[in-house]
Amino acid sequence: MIWLTWRQFRAQTVVAAGALALLAVALAVTGSQLVHLYDTTVATCQAHHDCQIAIGAFESEDTFLQDLIPVVMLVAPALIGIFWGAPLIAHELETGTQRLAWTQSVSRLRWLAVKLSLAGLVSMATAGLLSLMVTWWSSPFDRLGMNRLDPTIFSERGIVPVGYAAFAFALGVTAGMLIRRTVPAMAVTLAVFAAVVAGFALRVRFHLIPPLHLTAPLNMSWVTQTGSFGRPGHSALLVGISPNLPGAWVNSAQVTTAAGRTSLGPALPACGPNFTYSACTAAIARLHLRQVIVYQPGSRFWALQWYETAIYLALALALAGFCVWWVRRRVS
Amino acid sequence: MTNAIEARALGKRYGRRWALADCTLTIPAGHVAGLVGPNGAGKTTLISLATGMLAPTTGTVEVLGGRPAAGPGQLARVGYVAQDTPTYAGLSVADHLRLGAHLNPRWDAAMARARIEQLGLDPKQKAGKLSGGQRAQLALTVALAKRPELLILDEPVASLDPLARREFLQSLLEAVVDQGLSVVLSSHLVADLERACDYLIVLIGSRVQIAGEVDHLLDTHHLLTGPRRDPARIPEDLQVISASHTDRQTTLTVRTEGPIHDPAWTVSKIGLEDLVLAYMSRTADAARRPALEVQR
Repeated sequence: MIWLTWRQFRAQTVVAAGALALLAVALAVTGSQLVHLYDTTVATCQAHHDCQIAIGAFESEDTFLQDLIPVVMLVAPALIGIFWGAPLIAHELETGTQRLAWTQSVSRLRWLAVKLSLAGLVSMATAGLLSLMVTWWSSPFDRLGMNRLDPTIFSERGIVPVGYAAFAFALGVTAGMLIRRTVPAMAVTLAVFAAVVAGFALRVRFHLIPPLHLTAPLNMSWVTQTGSFGRPGHSALLVGISPNLPGAWVNSAQVTTAAGRTSLGPALPACGPNFTYSACTAAIARLHLRQVIVYQPGSRFWALQWYETAIYLALALALAGFCVWWVRRRVS
Repeated sequence: MTNAIEARALGKRYGRRWALADCTLTIPAGHVAGLVGPNGAGKTTLISLATGMLAPTTGTVEVLGGRPAAGPGQLARVGYVAQDTPTYAGLSVADHLRLGAHLNPRWDAAMARARIEQLGLDPKQKAGKLSGGQRAQLALTVALAKRPELLILDEPVASLDPLARREFLQSLLEAVVDQGLSVVLSSHLVADLERACDYLIVLIGSRVQIAGEVDHLLDTHHLLTGPRRDPARIPEDLQVISASHTDRQTTLTVRTEGPIHDPAWTVSKIGLEDLVLAYMSRTADAARRPALEVQR
């Protein structure tokens, strides 16, 4: 069974290995230059007092790859689901070859188990190697940006791509098994995968670990916006802050009154059009406002990575289990 | 002796439609048994149930005394050539033999190679590039080299041209003689079965209409022609399968164990095709009467 699965999956593996090798060469050549450049310019810029120039110059290096990598990381798991997962069973059902496979002296369960595990492992290995290369290559940029929890960066580094690949693959197999036709199964795989990943990143990821709450007197150095809103004469005070928590993923940053109310009261005359910014901030400081910040600290990067990967792997396993149940009970 | 296929009250339902309902039949081993019936009679469903492709909704089916596809051991005993003889289009002929060798403990590699050579197939050729007849032969080779005790074929020749059809059945029969295996072969083309089978089952609307050895069926069925007469006045010992009347003449297909003495009838031998057609043309009403099996 392993031979047959390998024989059927050989072409895909070769294509993936080729694409990975190509990318590996490009990243290895440019990546080692980047590390060297980082060490000689950005890392020593404090001593030379030219950090702004050094960082600006560094960030404009290899912009083609910087633009390409997010696209590759975004589409790679989806492609795995569409082109490896969806046809795995659907193509056999479509062409009727399962009737040949299932009447050899190998149980249907073993047939599916070998197919799922072999192709699934290749999928995960592909995503893992890709992420490993990208994470290494991007590390100087990530060090500069200091925001590895940023949703666009978080899902393209570390181990979560492995989880995405496993989930996309299992999703494709399941869709193919239920729909029994390759092309519709591909479309459904793409739609469901995109919805799940987007929904997870927007709604679920932040709450994987209970976030930290920072409740403290308003830090005036974080205030980025002051003013008023509403009709003239009835306008209310508006204070916006941008917390400076390096590496943290801030979900909400709210300014409240000392009593905890979010409505800050009537607009301050000192913040009107005829006054200076410093007069306004001084007036705000006298109100003794407080700030409530809900955030995930940057130190939780790996914890969040493990949780998210575990959840996607569990989803993939559940789908695989469903496939096993279905192939034994329902499919002909 | 165990039976090749034994079904008891077997049924398979898709949604509200019964593809096969309450089917009870026995196909003995040691024969090349033909399963014949009109399209929609449930032949493919019956075979899919017997090969374990489908699970029954009701009833049971046993193949060589075991549950279909119950495990590797049971799978190894039964060879299957499915309808339209599926093969992997992207794999070569040699790959199919390798597939068989990897997936079957009793694989006869020498026989498989010899058959491919004898058929003149190029081992490097992709199965998707083969003609329909060659593909059917490849599927048959994979099924035979597995060394099954029973070979089940579902309309294997339906899509082949007459020459390929003849060659396929020829090589099937040679293999049967060589390997001494039982065969169950379904077809809606009686001419094919006449050439290949020594046992016949007529299945119409999930019901066995008649089953028995071909020679015996031919010996006990007769075509009677005579002056027109009232169907009610036909002797009791004749079971009328089908009757047709013109103004002056009546033609009957009858079944009887004994000789026919009435001199008013002209008795002639019946061909297998006419026999099967007589059963198929029985009215739906008559088809609901309990089926009789030929006892020997």
